[in-house]
Amino acid sequence: MSETERKIRVLIAKPGLDGHDRGAKVVARALRDAGMEVIYTGLRQTPEMIAEAALQEDVDVVGLSILSGAHMALAPRVLELLKANGQDHVQIFLGGIIPNEDISKLQEMGVTGIYGPGTLTDEIVRDVRKGVVGEVSN
Amino acid sequence: MASVQEVLSGNRLSLARLLSQIENDTPDGRAALSELFPHTGQAHLIGVTGAPGTGKSSLVNQLAHYYRHPPENKTPKRVAIVAIDPSSPFSGGAVLGDRVRMRDLAGDPGVFIRSMASRGSLGGLARTTSGVVQAFDAAGFEIILIETVGAGQAEVDIARLAHTTLVVEAPGLGDDIQAIKAGILEIADILVVNKADRAGVENTERALRNMLNLAHPVKRVYRHHGTLETVPAVPASTTESPEQESVWVPPIQKTVATDGTGVPELGDLIAQHKAHLEQTGDWEGRQRARLQAELDGLLQIILVSRWRDALSPERYQEVLEQLIERNLSPRQAVEELLNGAPRS
Ligand SMILES: Nc1nc2c(ncn2[C@@H]2O[C@H](COP(=O)(O)OP(=O)(O)OP(=O)(O)O)[C@@H](O)[C@H]2O)c(=O)[nH]1
Ligand SMILES: [Mg+2]
Repeated sequence: MSETERKIRVLIAKPGLDGHDRGAKVVARALRDAGMEVIYTGLRQTPEMIAEAALQEDVDVVGLSILSGAHMALAPRVLELLKANGQDHVQIFLGGIIPNEDISKLQEMGVTGIYGPGTLTDEIVRDVRKGVVGEVSN
Repeated sequence: MASVQEVLSGNRLSLARLLSQIENDTPDGRAALSELFPHTGQAHLIGVTGAPGTGKSSLVNQLAHYYRHPPENKTPKRVAIVAIDPSSPFSGGAVLGDRVRMRDLAGDPGVFIRSMASRGSLGGLARTTSGVVQAFDAAGFEIILIETVGAGQAEVDIARLAHTTLVVEAPGLGDDIQAIKAGILEIADILVVNKADRAGVENTERALRNMLNLAHPVKRVYRHHGTLETVPAVPASTTESPEQESVWVPPIQKTVATDGTGVPELGDLIAQHKAHLEQTGDWEGRQRARLQAELDGLLQIILVSRWRDALSPERYQEVLEQLIERNLSPRQAVEELLNGAPRS
């Protein structure tokens, strides 16, 4: 029997109350087109819902799309919950409008990628793959 | 293996990781499944199939909610959901979006939702779905809801895997008989007409009823002392006469999956179907048929692969060439390969 190739699994979630998820969907499709399995959870996810879904789906990466400006509250909370669940290895990236002064703080907390408007999806795909698989295999 | 014990004792992270091992068909995943197997056979497996967009995920959400909050002080059941979406044939990737409709279930430790990509399998399930379902069964989930890809065709695999298969239709998808594929009646234990809040439900229901009457001539008209008598259709739920007990005529249930209308009734029908399977011995029968199919399928795969491992590629090429030259028929070629001494 042939071994099924291991797929990178990514959760794409849209926390917060702003109601537009076009960017999140574009990223989800780009990751799919790069061969990844993307669990898309839709709008208005609480950090608790995101962490729960990440656990049940055993994902490698969580991508958050935050346009509401609440990233400094939401992202650390998601990281904290993932850790509490024993998913320390799960990487988080952020998409949205993040002011420069917040970027380094978020990176220190463990957010691995931060993508502003206009980021090419290729860049996100490459970073996700590099983060999960490591640089050797590409 | 440590993780098997953890899965049996309810550790969700261990379960999630094991599901990945099973999905990737790793040696660890296979070993764990063998260890878990004695603990399986308890769950009620409910398949939910139907064309794209008919409301399968919304309905699964409602059904899970129903089992978590049952009427009349019944005890809630633990619910696992396996939702399968298609993999892209081009990239092999997938966007799995069924969870979007299942937000109501968030925060309930008695529910576990797992999305799966079909990974090239065509029957509406992934190749490893039955393994994933076994793991949930062993982990003590009493109800396992399986949402198929929803190719809109008769998805026979789900009928083989599940005890009870719901086929979901909705108005507005073309309500003529043609749109409702003939094969679905062979797999449906219960027909659900969802989106009953929409115009055209009656047409959909009528089309289904007509098909059903063709497939199951439940209404028999015959002459009795010169007068025409009609034996009415016996709804499966109220079978009384013993000779009719063994026949299950798929009932039709209307639902509105966005607000839960018709879901308690659907829950009742599912329970009645289970009772019917148990009374008629079909519960055991289906289990037996499924396990035998799995045994035979695995035997084939493993025998072929072992035999191929023992066969020299040159010998295979030789016989293949003879076949192409038409010196051997396909059957003779097989016999040549099987009887000719393989290098081993
Ligand atoms: N009006 C109405 N809309 C519904 C009903 N059930 C589901 N919907 C809507 O129909 C759309 C599709 O519902 P889903 O539950 O995602 O359908 P699905 O069959 O799982 O779809 P796929 O998984 O993509 O095949 C959503 O917009 C739902 O809100 C219903 O009973 N009435
Ligand atoms: Mg769905």
